[in-house]
Amino acid sequence: MTANGWLQILFYCLLLLLSVRPLGAYLHRLFTGERVMLMPALGGLERVFYRLSGVDARSEQTWQQYALAMLLFNLLGFALLYLLLRTQAWLPLNPQQLPNLSADLAFNTAMSFTTNTNWQSYSGEQALSYLSQMAGLTVQNFLSAATGIALAFALIRGFARKSTQQLGNAWVDVTRLTLYLLLPACLLFACLLIWQGVPQNFSAYTQASTLEAAQQLIAQGPIASQEAIKMLGTNGGGFLNANSAHPFENPTPLSNLLQMLSIFVIGAALTDVFGRAVNNRWQGHAILGAMLVLFIAGVAITYWAESAAPNALSGFDGVQGPGNLEGKETRFGIAASALFAVITTAASCGAVNAMHDSFTALGGAIPLFNIQLGEVIIGGVGAGFYGMMLYALIAIFMAGLMVGRTPEYIGKKIEVREVKLATLAVLAAPLAILLFTAIACVLPAGLTGLNNAGPHGFTEILYAYASAAGNNGSAFAGLSANSVFYNSTLGIAMLIGRFAIIVPMLAIAGSLAAKKQIPVSAGTLPTDGGLFVALLVAVVLVFGGLTFLPSLVLGPLAEHFAMLAGTQF
Amino acid sequence: MNTYLRPALLMLLLFTLLCGAAYPLAVTGLGQLLFAHQAQGSLIERQGRIIGSELLGQNFSAAKYFHGRPSAAGTEGYDASASGASNLGPSSAKLRQSIEARLATLKAENPGQLVPAELLTASASGLDPDISPQAAQFQIPRVASARGLDAQRLQQLIDQHTQGRWLGFIGEPRVNVLQLNLALDAL
Repeated sequence: MTANGWLQILFYCLLLLLSVRPLGAYLHRLFTGERVMLMPALGGLERVFYRLSGVDARSEQTWQQYALAMLLFNLLGFALLYLLLRTQAWLPLNPQQLPNLSADLAFNTAMSFTTNTNWQSYSGEQALSYLSQMAGLTVQNFLSAATGIALAFALIRGFARKSTQQLGNAWVDVTRLTLYLLLPACLLFACLLIWQGVPQNFSAYTQASTLEAAQQLIAQGPIASQEAIKMLGTNGGGFLNANSAHPFENPTPLSNLLQMLSIFVIGAALTDVFGRAVNNRWQGHAILGAMLVLFIAGVAITYWAESAAPNALSGFDGVQGPGNLEGKETRFGIAASALFAVITTAASCGAVNAMHDSFTALGGAIPLFNIQLGEVIIGGVGAGFYGMMLYALIAIFMAGLMVGRTPEYIGKKIEVREVKLATLAVLAAPLAILLFTAIACVLPAGLTGLNNAGPHGFTEILYAYASAAGNNGSAFAGLSANSVFYNSTLGIAMLIGRFAIIVPMLAIAGSLAAKKQIPVSAGTLPTDGGLFVALLVAVVLVFGGLTFLPSLVLGPLAEHFAMLAGTQF
Repeated sequence: MNTYLRPALLMLLLFTLLCGAAYPLAVTGLGQLLFAHQAQGSLIERQGRIIGSELLGQNFSAAKYFHGRPSAAGTEGYDASASGASNLGPSSAKLRQSIEARLATLKAENPGQLVPAELLTASASGLDPDISPQAAQFQIPRVASARGLDAQRLQQLIDQHTQGRWLGFIGEPRVNVLQLNLALDAL
């Protein structure tokens, strides 16, 4: 570890914190439906969208209607993307004449992008046409991100409102978020990326003749436009196989800094929207505080491990270097690679600028554990916020048990129904992760895909299902997941990890909105201060630890201790 | 049901047009207008032929050139249509064997020096265009004797081609191997 490395990490945190209030204020205007700066320019388009699709922008929906709208919207998005991937060979904008995707790969990919997972069983530059990338993947990148934020809005309304059935209008939320937030931000961000060197063209791949007179075929494409929403929408599915490690996706230290910021800004600002909506900004800051405590701890461990823990270079004489550089890029080095890995897994982004599979055992364990916790450390856009709120409900419930009072949060009584639903939502993904991992470990179809032997191989499988069920999308990418077995089981894990959380979460929002507001009393646990932050951090860690410690012992910890003993696999 | 199906279907189609066609086309237009060179992939042309991209590494094995990092892209390395990494874990025996072999080669080619770690390890993209200034310096004796050049001249060239950290502290100092070798050929 170097002082300069820590300076980069602290600078990143500073920029993130500076963005929270201004972006929170803007998002809050979208949340309440107030006028924003861009409305004169884009308001006409917004109204056209409503008129053509028959939406009454003033009407609102109950939680069931909101859920139905979102589910149907995502189902149709899945169907359209699946169709596109199955027919890309016959469609335009396919200069490399890439074939149609197989049924299982198209299922996996369509599921992956509609659930904001962006797991990639394919290699971008070798499998997908430009049309599939832009009209298929880019669109779902926008819509799955807008869906996530809209769902967070619905939950915040559940807390902020009283004695009502109404949670807002899903179509209005998605439209406004796309038109006034994601699209303009991406337009600007994409231009910045091109300036830094990210290509944006429709040319066929370029044949170059290198200095040593070898042939090099250079993959091209409309990369920048997809890169921008890939980061800002915490999607993470790269245009090219090497993702944000590829010099065409992430050419410079500056583009890397912008990408890391873009993963977290919206998720962090949503905590401020929450604070504003419930008229106590510190309610939001407390949630953000708990997230940041977990985040900094993860960065510290990963950065230390990548600098100093045993790695493949350990024990060789005559080598000098800053640490574990296998699978890392020179321009980012150890610090910015470790930081990126923690950010992308704390959020449900899944873009990578270094290969997690080649991280040290402990350095790779933190990204894995981040995902297993449910990506609630800032988290995916919207999804991280509502994920953390589920933990908050459980934390409040446990605090209530300790003193024997009915727990309350933001003036709402937290009762049996809410706690049951929160528990259901929090347990769904772990169940999918552990069950599917266990199945893959005993089936030949699961074991044939492994790139590494020993405990590291087990970690590859565990990471894959955690990434799918957590809707993350990053990978211990040595695992060859493009098989019928992995494509289908991972696809199902993504489905469970997204919708088995969304539906109970919306039910909680509905039930909270219907409740009365009760006044703060002497027996109310303050949820805007340090005590609650500590409680929330403890609940997240205890829950994650109890659920996943055995699996982490079998994988990363076993590998770490084996390496200390000099064992290789 | 129609109250849900119609908005779901039409919103999807409208957003596909907006985000899947209008948006990428607008970005393409802006990119080609403002930063045409980058938008086309930062290609380098010499005598009417494209010899590569400023941003992508290439295979270098001749003694007269500076060498980049080991690459796992494609079967030969540095395949710019098949980016990727080794994805071998820290406890992998296979990875240790590769490192051992690379170490032996590098020590034989550049005797008597400590070997920089990045020359022993494959990058994440397999297309890493850069090495650290130390890794370039490490190769000076070999390149100098292959070209009959003065070591000091090569050090100057490396210094000229070293890009520092952004704002003095973001990222790592680096030397673009292809550009360094082009400058070397132009001497």
